[in-house]
Amino acid sequence: MELLKEKCASPINELLIGKIGPGAVKVGGQTCMPFLFQEGRMPNVPIVAVEILDCEPADWPEDLVKTLGLSVKDPVAWAKYALAETHAKILCIRLQGAHPDWLNRSSDETVSVLKSIACAVDVPLIVIGCGDDEKDNDLMPKVSQTLKGHNALLGMASQNNYKTIAATCLADGHSLITESPIDVNIAKQLNILVSDMGFDPTRIAMHPTTASLGYGMEYTYSIMERSRLAAFMGDKMLAMPFILFIGQETWRTKESKDGGVAGGVNWEISTAVSMLQAGADIIVMRHPGAAKSMTKFIELLMRRGK
Amino acid sequence: MLVIGELINGMFRDVAKAIQNRESDIIQHLAEEQVSAGAKALDINIGPYSKDPKADMKWLVESIQKTTDVSLCLDSPRTDVIEEGLKVAKSKAIINSTSADDEEMDEVFTIAKKYKAQVIGLAMDKSGVPNDQSKRVELAAKIIAKAMDFGIATEDLYLDPILLPINVGQDQEKTIIESIREFRQLCTPAPNTIVGLSNISQGTKTRSIINRTFLTMAMANGLSAAILDPLDRDLMDALITAELILNKNIYCESFLEAYRKK
Repeated sequence: MELLKEKCASPINELLIGKIGPGAVKVGGQTCMPFLFQEGRMPNVPIVAVEILDCEPADWPEDLVKTLGLSVKDPVAWAKYALAETHAKILCIRLQGAHPDWLNRSSDETVSVLKSIACAVDVPLIVIGCGDDEKDNDLMPKVSQTLKGHNALLGMASQNNYKTIAATCLADGHSLITESPIDVNIAKQLNILVSDMGFDPTRIAMHPTTASLGYGMEYTYSIMERSRLAAFMGDKMLAMPFILFIGQETWRTKESKDGGVAGGVNWEISTAVSMLQAGADIIVMRHPGAAKSMTKFIELLMRRGK
Repeated sequence: MLVIGELINGMFRDVAKAIQNRESDIIQHLAEEQVSAGAKALDINIGPYSKDPKADMKWLVESIQKTTDVSLCLDSPRTDVIEEGLKVAKSKAIINSTSADDEEMDEVFTIAKKYKAQVIGLAMDKSGVPNDQSKRVELAAKIIAKAMDFGIATEDLYLDPILLPINVGQDQEKTIIESIREFRQLCTPAPNTIVGLSNISQGTKTRSIINRTFLTMAMANGLSAAILDPLDRDLMDALITAELILNKNIYCESFLEAYRKK
């Protein structure tokens, strides 16, 4: 039987994160749907990033925090522990401490914590603001300047708040995450708005919004699939690699919180596996065990392409 | 939708003059303008006033290729003139055109094969342009069969139902649209379909609205290419919107701008 193969007119952009050198990480560049090696190429392996906060994780489930142990008391120790434990190639730092409902740290304080983490690790960085627009618009320019030369990936730019972070990333040479609420139309529009500011579209990663297993994951999957197919047909405003925050979404589900640590880990892995099949290029994980499993799983999938 | 810019045509006085005086900057400017307005190919016609059609065709192709690498649609009633263009064309060219007459098809498909070019096939023959749908479809099928004999893929074939001016063949326009739909069903993969869009509004005073209304109606019936004026912004907006409605592109607020950025 003849295999019907889809043709790709245009590949996904390649995005380099981190200082140029052996530690830098490249994602994207594929010309086929995930792991369909007979239809095209996946020149870069999907990457596992491990996520930490810049403060103690007050709302994380006890089981997850227990696994991380005392390290969560100190962000630098946490970063080192997470990287040593998982061998992740990227560290994702969420600056939650700055949020008014958390520690309400000032931008300067937050940046000084970030600096100490950045000095202690030698992997590329993803840095996410606290999620409060007003606070982030003050904080992220300072983050960006502090990390100048790191070629980091910063977020989030959203449809209602993208100018400050896009301008500062442009000035300091960072890449940017554009976030849309499980909506391919808004995703495309936001990428246009950001690139209209002179931002190079090949330096954007898209966050289509992660939904966890059991909480609308199929919807995210179909949005990602639609977006990818359009990109392969030549839509440059959707040709960005995807980043998915798997840990963040799964560990707030009832099942993860109630199911004990194995339940949560399995929930995180199941969601991550599905998102890889939807086209995720960077998966951001919280549980070290889940992160390790995903690295192994990706290796296994990529072996079929060799 | 393949947009083929129509403005480099010796029928236009300034283009004829530029060809005659070898003013390549004028031709190149026209090429660049059309490409930046969304043309993915350019029709090149030396026009009826040329004294040395072969040399003019070669010069036009070479001049345009210095400024853009889009496909060129070599438009001449003479196969030897088209071949002069094919000899120097760098990217895959489109031959404009052959009728459904065996002699002409043999000649045109032979050079198409030789230069790996695509071909526009007109649904007409020695007896002229048909005035009914079944004859149009019959001629289109004849062109497809001949192309297959020559080993030319149907993806490389553009079938043209021949668009008649609204003030000449008003009773034919609906039939032409229906023919486009039928052409697409003649084989798998479906052949491309094409029209010389501006024909429909020849001699009218409201050309743009007639052109763009026909275009969207034809697109909804499977039209896949058109030779048109890409500098008509309203026309291009209608084309982009029709593609959107046909789900060829993903909607966003700036969909017109997004298309133009592609």
